[in-house]
Amino acid sequence: MTVYDAMFWFFSLALLLCGVLVLISRDAVASALFMVLGFIFLAGLYLLLEAWFLALIQILVYAGAIMVLFLFVVMLLDFREKRRWWHGNLLGWLGAPLAVAALLAALLPVLKRAGALADAPEKWFEGTLENVMTPVFTRYLLPVEVTALILLAATIGVVVLGRKETKP
Amino acid sequence: MMHVGLEHYLAVSGALFALGLACIVLRRNALLVFMGLELNLNAANLALVAFSRYGGHAEGQVLATFIIAIAAAEVAIGLAIIVALFRRRATIVTDLLRSLKG
Repeated sequence: MTVYDAMFWFFSLALLLCGVLVLISRDAVASALFMVLGFIFLAGLYLLLEAWFLALIQILVYAGAIMVLFLFVVMLLDFREKRRWWHGNLLGWLGAPLAVAALLAALLPVLKRAGALADAPEKWFEGTLENVMTPVFTRYLLPVEVTALILLAATIGVVVLGRKETKP
Repeated sequence: MMHVGLEHYLAVSGALFALGLACIVLRRNALLVFMGLELNLNAANLALVAFSRYGGHAEGQVLATFIIAIAAAEVAIGLAIIVALFRRRATIVTDLLRSLKG
């Protein structure tokens, strides 16, 4: 087992453990914090995949900005469920294993063929800033502009949603 | 033990997606449902980056970058909706929000 393999197992098991803890924590603040931790481990997986730029963005934008916004709202609402989440949710307990099983069954054929999909090691892609961003600002310039419009629309939407309701 | 390859990353991605799905279906707190959605997005990102790495093309990581940007917009809107919901109904338990059921 090489160092690479050991790091992969460490990062992925820690990530999945954080995912389980997000699912089972009673406190929403704890869930959000475990999610931040999990995203940091996910950034470690990106580093192993030589996606340097995305690892940076994952920590700066996801763990740093998005999850802090989450934590802010969780603490602002300060909402606690009266019932424990695993009580009296029969439909969910029937549906969740079914959904997960269907998903994994759909994934298995892909996993079996994944070895054939991988290219030769010398052709592997290195996700440096230049390699990732050059296509973004050349071939995918239109999607970038559309994304900018979506962000603008989202900002305006948040302002509208956040206003106090006024009688017409 | 075999070396870590594309299929290992895809398996982790699938497991993470399954956890997010379970979070969406099982939890009743709307904030937790939303967090499950974020887990799903990140699982998809991991699969995209792994495909991009082992397939030797940039498109996967470009798409992952777009997904992160859109996720930021989506989180802002979603949390604003949840806050507005909480102000009107004083609850965010999804079982109690059934006025659309008729």
